[in-house]
Amino acid sequence: MASTAIPRLTSPLPIRGATHTIHVTINDVPFEFAVEDRTLLVHFLRDALGMTGTHIGCDTTHCGACTVLLDDRPVKSCTVLAVQVDGRKVRTVEGLEVGGKLNPVQEGFAAEHGLQCGYCTPGMMMTSVALLAKNPNPSEDEIRHAISGNLCRCTGYMNIVKAIQHAAKASGGGK
Amino acid sequence: MTIHGGIGQSLARKEDARFIRGKGNYVDDIQLPGMLYIDFTRSPYAHAKITAIHPENALKVPGVLAVITGKDLDAAKLAWMPTLMSDTQMVLPIDTVKFQGQEVVAIVAENRYAAADGAAAMEIDYDPLPVVIDPFKALQPDSPLVRPDKPKKSNHIWHWEVGDKAGTDALLAKSDVVVHQDFYIPRLNVSSIETCGCVASFDAMGRLTMYMTTQAPHAIRTVFALVSGLPEQSIRVISPDIGGGFGGKVPVYPGYVVAIVAALKTGHPVKWVETRMNNLMSSSFARDYHITADIGATKDGKLTGLKVKTIADHGYADAAANPSKFPAGLFHIITGSYPFEKAFVEVDGVYTNKPPGGIAYRCSFRVTEAAYTIERLVDEVAHKIGMDPAELRLKNFIPPEAFPYHSALGWTYDSGNYAGALNLAMKMVDYPGLRREQAEKRKQGEFMGIGISSFTEIVGAGPSAQFDILGLKMFESCEIRIHPTGKVMARFGTKSQGQGHETTYAQILATELGLPAESISIEEGDTDTAPYGLGTYASRSTPTAGAAAVIAARKIRDKAQKIAAHLLEVSPEDLEWKDYKFQVKGVPEKSKTMADVAFAAYTNPAPGTEAGLEAVDYYDPPNMTFPFGSYICVVDIDKGTGQVHIRRFVAVDDCGTIINPMVVEGQIHGGLTMGLAPAMYEQITYDAGGNIHGSSFLDYLVPTAVEAPHWETGKTTTPSPHHPIGAKGVGESPTVGAPAAIVNAIVDALSPLGVTSIDIPVYPWKVWQILHDKGVA
Repeated sequence: MASTAIPRLTSPLPIRGATHTIHVTINDVPFEFAVEDRTLLVHFLRDALGMTGTHIGCDTTHCGACTVLLDDRPVKSCTVLAVQVDGRKVRTVEGLEVGGKLNPVQEGFAAEHGLQCGYCTPGMMMTSVALLAKNPNPSEDEIRHAISGNLCRCTGYMNIVKAIQHAAKASGGGK
Repeated sequence: MTIHGGIGQSLARKEDARFIRGKGNYVDDIQLPGMLYIDFTRSPYAHAKITAIHPENALKVPGVLAVITGKDLDAAKLAWMPTLMSDTQMVLPIDTVKFQGQEVVAIVAENRYAAADGAAAMEIDYDPLPVVIDPFKALQPDSPLVRPDKPKKSNHIWHWEVGDKAGTDALLAKSDVVVHQDFYIPRLNVSSIETCGCVASFDAMGRLTMYMTTQAPHAIRTVFALVSGLPEQSIRVISPDIGGGFGGKVPVYPGYVVAIVAALKTGHPVKWVETRMNNLMSSSFARDYHITADIGATKDGKLTGLKVKTIADHGYADAAANPSKFPAGLFHIITGSYPFEKAFVEVDGVYTNKPPGGIAYRCSFRVTEAAYTIERLVDEVAHKIGMDPAELRLKNFIPPEAFPYHSALGWTYDSGNYAGALNLAMKMVDYPGLRREQAEKRKQGEFMGIGISSFTEIVGAGPSAQFDILGLKMFESCEIRIHPTGKVMARFGTKSQGQGHETTYAQILATELGLPAESISIEEGDTDTAPYGLGTYASRSTPTAGAAAVIAARKIRDKAQKIAAHLLEVSPEDLEWKDYKFQVKGVPEKSKTMADVAFAAYTNPAPGTEAGLEAVDYYDPPNMTFPFGSYICVVDIDKGTGQVHIRRFVAVDDCGTIINPMVVEGQIHGGLTMGLAPAMYEQITYDAGGNIHGSSFLDYLVPTAVEAPHWETGKTTTPSPHHPIGAKGVGESPTVGAPAAIVNAIVDALSPLGVTSIDIPVYPWKVWQILHDKGVA
């Protein structure tokens, strides 16, 4: 769903320090932005772009609520500077549903009750998408290790495991 | 005949449609034009005099607009605020800080980075004061005084007791066996993945809209009105989507109050959102109970008396979130599932130089502390007299025919079948087989343990005669409006934080109104529109608001029956509500649905009845509900490392009538994981100088998917006789019941070495130390 026009946004984060111009493709749409050196990717996504589906749960890269895909690999966007994504592709939870069709992981989380408060869910789903891209048939143990960088306080992880298994099955894999 | 989405169905959750798309609306997602941010400079000391505040460098930081100190707040009489326990705590200190990490000066800035820069640039001079961290030392006469502002010149806050002290002593003295145990239930933080935060915004008319992470929006509105003097109708509290609560979002925190002051001062909306470090350092803690207990029994295993003494460390203020009449919460549920003849419990609250609190951690007020104590004690009685712990429990349980059961400490249990739950758990786990395996393993020198916990919960606060918070009775509310097209909007005084109210309340109403769940929308969390309620915590939503929903729906049915009679040209008494319709008795083909009636209510109301189809109910529960369950945990211990591996964990819960089995099971999984956490991973500790040991998730070990076992669940159903649909509530039962099952399994595994206790959290090094001391590792 690439667009030829390059939207240029002015950041509502007041820019006071040195800035850089970055080119980044977010959810298949190319953008050009001016960003301050120290702006974290998560704040850039949330505060500048209003893409609030990516959440913040800690300051130390432990909870994983801010997980996005950077060039298809899961990263914690609270520990990535916005300038570091220059020339790269970012996918957020807002980019999982394509053309009105939910990603199988989204369907799995809803079908298996893989979420309760919903706060860890976007990060958890991004990690799950990356896992299934690499390993379409993960075992329960592999799933548990893959999501061990994402904390959930509500579900006890059981139904998250089931949700990912559901998505694996729907995508043609699954054990 | 069933109605789509009615009670008992595993209906997919309505709220998920937005959450799976990243379209939830949490407090930090709210952006208002011209919004400013606050951050705090915090105290590096646990106890110190503030000698000077130098804001000059902070104010030079680009983007910093203002600073707010305790003295600024004092001018408006806002430097102190009441806690929910009628104690006082600081919003910002005027002259003395009381714990490390305490908010000292607020920085108001254009964005969160500038606010953080300003907080770092703030210069504050301190004169350190003596610190007391240990509550037992705090009770010594030579201890530093934490609260010299109080008339009582002591760190002792209150004494609370219940039961028959002399009778219990006498009974214990003549018991064949008395087991004594000391338990420390460590300080915990609920660590919802969303921290606390708010956006405070005044309109041109001086009306405050407060978006905040609160589990109790109405009570908060009243507290704000009383503290600030703003007219209550000029305050609108909106609790949007909440990223987990677990009790941590019940209290009022300084950040909320300062955001309101900053919004007033600047004329801009102001956002405050805690960092995780701030949250772990200064938001309300849970637990921190030092318990010493004696339990008596006959030599053939009949339990006799129970005596418990507890020191409750409250930090520098009693900021617990208990019902006002219960300073130690519902700790006197501690007789658990057993018919003690006599019992006595006393608790003393103590001030120390630690953050204030005493909130729940996904548990009804202090119930985990109680359940852990009794379930550990019962196991140790079994070990001491050489009886199987399952057999001892089955021998002692309050029998089903004894309900309603009056406990030695004053509760009236509504219903229970404790043996039913334990027998099912034993069957699911193959208990006799496990014991045989364990005997074999012991011969080989292996450490395998089996632990049971047969807990009794107490939830659904609560009956107005006993339960209030700051005088507000703990009723709960539901308002239903049925629109002409048969679609429903229902609003509640509770507030979901992940419990799935948008789905489960709709299911209750679907069954009661005879309309499909998809025709029913649920709204909560906006005090301008929702009826007044006390909020969601302590597993109270289903027992209280769930009942209000039923009663409000039945009020609607009463009116609807008159309208249906008018439409069918019969008298209301000729109709019966059957198969989700009003049917003429004996003539079932003559009937009207609720949707027919709804249309008529606005287009063709019965003569003499008001137009419209609405009802509201404020439900005052006649009693608490008493969910229960039996859990069995199986562990294997690595002799080389002391690592405990949970091989199996079977949880049989009985929460009465189940509204949505999928949601209930999900809550059980989550609750079990929050029961595992304090048993094996989480605690907050301080050094003697009051420095917090670890204020990040690097040190505070929230279990991940790797630590959490593959939970196995089962259920029995014993409805509550006093709840209109027999429901009891479940969200916290597993948190209450799980820790004892895990620790009982670990102690059981180590019992051949003579081990009778181990401190939680059970880290591998503690187990290794025991194995090493006994010459095993």
